Amino acid sequence: MLWFVVKRLAGFVATLAVASVVVFAVLELLPGSAAEVILGETATPEAVAALQAQLGLDQPAPTRYLQWVGGLLQGDTARSISYDTPTSQLLAERLRVTLPLAVMAMLLTVVLALGLGIYAAARHHRLGDVGVMTISQLGIAIPNFWFAILLILLFSVQLQWVSAGGFPGWTADEGGGLWPGLKALLLPALSLALVQAAILARMTRSALLDVMREDHVRTARAKGLSRRQALLRHVLRNALIPVLTMAGLQFANLITGTIVVENVFVLPGVGRLIFQAVSNRDLVVVRDVVMLLAALVVLVNLLVDLLYVVVDPRLRRAAA
Amino acid sequence: MTAGLLVTPGNSGPGSGVWARARRHPSFVVGSVLTALLVAAAALSLFWTPWPPTEINIPHKLQSPSAAHWLGTDALGRDVLSLLLVGAQSSIVVGVIAVGLGAGLGVTLGCLAAAQRANGRGWVDEILMRCADFTFAFPALLSAILLTAIYGPGLLTSIVAIGIFNVPVFARIARGAAVAVWTRDYVTAARAAGLSPWRITRWHVLPNIASPLIVQATISFATAILAEAALSYLGLGTQPPQPSWGRLLNDAQSLMFQAPMLAVWPGAAIMLSVLGLNLMGDGLRDLLDPKLNRQR
Repeated sequence: MLWFVVKRLAGFVATLAVASVVVFAVLELLPGSAAEVILGETATPEAVAALQAQLGLDQPAPTRYLQWVGGLLQGDTARSISYDTPTSQLLAERLRVTLPLAVMAMLLTVVLALGLGIYAAARHHRLGDVGVMTISQLGIAIPNFWFAILLILLFSVQLQWVSAGGFPGWTADEGGGLWPGLKALLLPALSLALVQAAILARMTRSALLDVMREDHVRTARAKGLSRRQALLRHVLRNALIPVLTMAGLQFANLITGTIVVENVFVLPGVGRLIFQAVSNRDLVVVRDVVMLLAALVVLVNLLVDLLYVVVDPRLRRAAA
Repeated sequence: MTAGLLVTPGNSGPGSGVWARARRHPSFVVGSVLTALLVAAAALSLFWTPWPPTEINIPHKLQSPSAAHWLGTDALGRDVLSLLLVGAQSSIVVGVIAVGLGAGLGVTLGCLAAAQRANGRGWVDEILMRCADFTFAFPALLSAILLTAIYGPGLLTSIVAIGIFNVPVFARIARGAAVAVWTRDYVTAARAAGLSPWRITRWHVLPNIASPLIVQATISFATAILAEAALSYLGLGTQPPQPSWGRLLNDAQSLMFQAPMLAVWPGAAIMLSVLGLNLMGDGLRDLLDPKLNRQR
């Protein structure tokens, strides 16, 4: 068990190390220097030289790479060019919106997907099943930002229940609070969750149906359990592994989905930060945000790997 | 036992039986019709649109649907239907090139990994697959944004980003299927006859792993359309004046109170295209791989 965890952790660290090299190298491959890209074509050579010195670009690449990674690990990051604030501070502020949004969306996804998947599997080949499958097929095809716009059209333009975007903040000092904050994140989370829930519901259904054909379930049914009882007691846990894998992979989509959805709802999160950083050519922020998002995706995959062992006793024995 | 059910070289062509079954497969039929409509819209727009798509006509702005403008006009008085038809071009161009790039590179790497593994060089396989694992840390949109930050926004950047994302997807599928083919008796016979790994891959492996790759190409095409739309919506993909569905949605969002329907049409076009390709992919999977069909 310990060996398994150590191996997975080592893989996690190695992946992050490679990812950091790639992010750093890609921005190194820039046509021209980063300072020229930031300042644009009209910059004077003096201004470029000054910014290069400010960014530390006059030092060799390996030194700068180590400085960058060391800074990230100690929370001592470079200053954003357009905000003139350390990126760690920017990220910490923006994560207060993006993390709750991602968690809400993931919760909605799992609740919707498990509910619909179990319902469809219990009514296999009947009307409910066909209905869920049809809706989910449509759900997969809907772009999340279009669904977001449709939600705004319905709830903000027509019904005028919620505002069409923006975020009031989590505290009363900022003019918001817990409930106004959650309310502002509800539609964005829903638009992120729809597509993911549609995919996960189909996955849940087919995983449940696969397990239902196994001998132990037939035995349970023969002992007199109804289809629904057998499903909840014997099938669900066994079907969780592929469902968990999928949910883990989906988190990556969810994270990148926030980039688009935060822009639709004008939420001050990490997604909007990276979009603005690209527009402002603030490469310091782009580099750190891309690294953060990649790290989040890898971290969630690590957690899913570790969860397998909790869910599946066979793996726990194998890992021991 | 996957290999036993793979199509053998002698009968890999689309036999009449497949087409007879295809016509009775509901999702394949619906998907093909929708996909054909997408292609037809793009092809038609190359030489005809109801109105010139980029012609600005301010006095006729924000009109509701009418006989002259079936889907109305936008804030600049441009005909929405014409814009949608031309917008299909961007989606198809991105889909075809990005999937072609991903499939071309991915299948080559996947086949290389499988061939090296079968010929006692497992470490090449190991390295290639670890690289494929690693790329999952960079979803398409994230790599597109990274590339945009460097090379500036544009159609080419988004094609490359979506294409790169597809490489490991195809590499994995090609490798998995090819490893199974390399264990088959007819490959052993071909090796005994002295065929080089390259020729075995060309004549025996590729024809036998085509089915899952065709299915994946359809699904990846749909994903590429979604990614292009998202990038264009953010202003990082197709650039004006070339119309694209994502950009049209972005324009429509600021006019939601005056002309809500403007935000409906482009999204519906994206949804129907993606739905068509996904349904066609599902259908192809059933039709080309009887084993998967039985597992459902």
